[in-house]
Amino acid sequence: MSILKSREMILTGAIVVLVILIATRFPAFVAPSNLAAVFNDTSPLILLAIGQMIVILTKCIDLSVAANLALTGMVCAMINVAAPGTPVVVILIVAIALGALLGMFNGVLVWKLDIPPIVVTLGTMTIYRGIIFLISDGKWVNSHEMSGAFKAFPRAVLLGLPMLSWIAIILTIVFFVIMTRTTLGRAFYAVGGNPHAAVYTGIDVGKTQFWAFTFSGALAGLVGYLWVSRYAVAYVDIALGFELDVVAACVIGGIAISGGIGSIGGAVLGALFLGVIKNALPVINVSPFWQMAISGSAIIIAIAVNTRAGRTKGRIILKKAEAAQ
Amino acid sequence: MSHTDRIIPDRLQSPLQKNLKSWETLLLAVAIGIFIANSFASPYFLNAWNLSDATFNFTEKAMIAFAMALLIIAGEIDLSVASIIALASTAMGAVAQFDVSTLTIVLTGLAVGTACGAFNAVLVTVMGLPSIVVTIGTMSLFRGISYIVLGDQAYRGYPRDFAFFGQGYVWWVISFEFVLFLVLAVIYGILLHKTNFGRAVYAIGNNATGALFSGIRVGRVKFILFMLTGLMSGVAAVCLTSRLGSTRPSIGLGMELEVVTMVVLGGVNILGGSGSIPGVVIAAFVMGLVTFGLGLLNVPGIVMSIFIGALLIGVIALPRLWAMWRK
Repeated sequence: MSILKSREMILTGAIVVLVILIATRFPAFVAPSNLAAVFNDTSPLILLAIGQMIVILTKCIDLSVAANLALTGMVCAMINVAAPGTPVVVILIVAIALGALLGMFNGVLVWKLDIPPIVVTLGTMTIYRGIIFLISDGKWVNSHEMSGAFKAFPRAVLLGLPMLSWIAIILTIVFFVIMTRTTLGRAFYAVGGNPHAAVYTGIDVGKTQFWAFTFSGALAGLVGYLWVSRYAVAYVDIALGFELDVVAACVIGGIAISGGIGSIGGAVLGALFLGVIKNALPVINVSPFWQMAISGSAIIIAIAVNTRAGRTKGRIILKKAEAAQ
Repeated sequence: MSHTDRIIPDRLQSPLQKNLKSWETLLLAVAIGIFIANSFASPYFLNAWNLSDATFNFTEKAMIAFAMALLIIAGEIDLSVASIIALASTAMGAVAQFDVSTLTIVLTGLAVGTACGAFNAVLVTVMGLPSIVVTIGTMSLFRGISYIVLGDQAYRGYPRDFAFFGQGYVWWVISFEFVLFLVLAVIYGILLHKTNFGRAVYAIGNNATGALFSGIRVGRVKFILFMLTGLMSGVAAVCLTSRLGSTRPSIGLGMELEVVTMVVLGGVNILGGSGSIPGVVIAAFVMGLVTFGLGLLNVPGIVMSIFIGALLIGVIALPRLWAMWRK
């Protein structure tokens, strides 16, 4: 536990140092309004990273989140075009339900057919993207076709913060409670930590993985609507390759890819770390084309650090056991 | 994802029976079926030049798939192959701006591909990191470097004779790429099925610890496999760049999916330990024929990708559904 805590402290420290470094050259970056804007811009990544973290905890991976987001976003936009009067609440419910359904499809294939998650989600990633093309006929849904209420929801300001930020904050708290205070939350950890032991304690490993995919899908669906309404455009390629950023956020946040280790705080901080870098690049005059290589390097460095930390921990335990004998 | 205990049969099947029931035979039947269906579906299908064009759909992917098959049999995976193509192609484009010989350009592509493979290999075998995450990271890194170098620009101006690799014909309708594909198929077939190295690959995929204790240098074999996959991505980069005549950072985007699909369709176990090169060769033909047939019927590319994705899942799901149904 102390190691986990210290990792989150290290990450928090890294983010603070990063922000201070940028602030020494561009003081406007640390203005509260700008920091709030950075947080708001990172909110979709935070939400997706939470879902991805749950999936990774159970020894799986979900590469279909960005495609799920794009498909759900397109469906929401098309509903809005077909019936402009549909209340935002209905659209939110549709987005979460459709996203969850797409996640469940991944989950069933992993649970019932025991297909490796990476294969399932690589497959559904292209299938979902293809379906967007089929339903939209390759056309864009543009800003002027969407209703005012549809576009206004994520921007609506409440107590100084936009709705998008509030959703990220509230869901972070909700999932923190789920992961630490409910049986299902602990089951996610148990399944990833030691699947055999989990079976003996009465946990259905496949079913737990199924629920992890469902959560990840539901969050992707929710972000799908938020994304489309915030950027006021929907087309086949929105959020293309965003799944890599999501996995990067998780790996940076100290979530072990081998499952069982990780925390909501880590996922959120990992996402914020990437968010600060992404928002700082244009400020310090670096071309946005650097973003992709930086994400990639961040994944590799983070996974190297994580694996190193895990290994020394294992050895110390063995030494102690040896000494005790 | 528990490994089920292997059932040891009382009686071995006769070779004929075994061959008839094999995945490769089934796949060959599917390939012939698609071929016949295509020739009925479109009057343009049975034309030597059209069929020759169809081979370009799969030759580049298949070259990578051979090396990827060995890597997956050994229990690892490389998702960065398409990004290696982008980086190798960018390097070739950069070198080509200095009026160098075609040979230099090709060697640059191969060297960069191999170097990328070696980079993956160091991270996986020396540092002991999981290959899925490492190659997701390098997938972003390698293509990211291409984006840093090129941005929204493109490299053109390759020498005239460079076009031979992707557009040249060796004899009549037989293209250089197709010949290269056949030669590589034979080389990888021999490497996997007739050499000690090939046996070591299977041994590592079935039980890496057991392989280590039987004197196989597991790390070294995996290192070579990653470098081979990088080298083959470099070869594919040469062919693809030559065929397109230009380099953009988005070159070969998403190709890793098709390569993995081809390998899995060819009967290679995604968890490692089993598979064959003839299977991958037939799978390459199946995918090439399907995409070409759909293309003749004017199906757009992204709809074909639905088909590829469904194929990837279906190939693994159907035998398992069949087994569940028989119970």
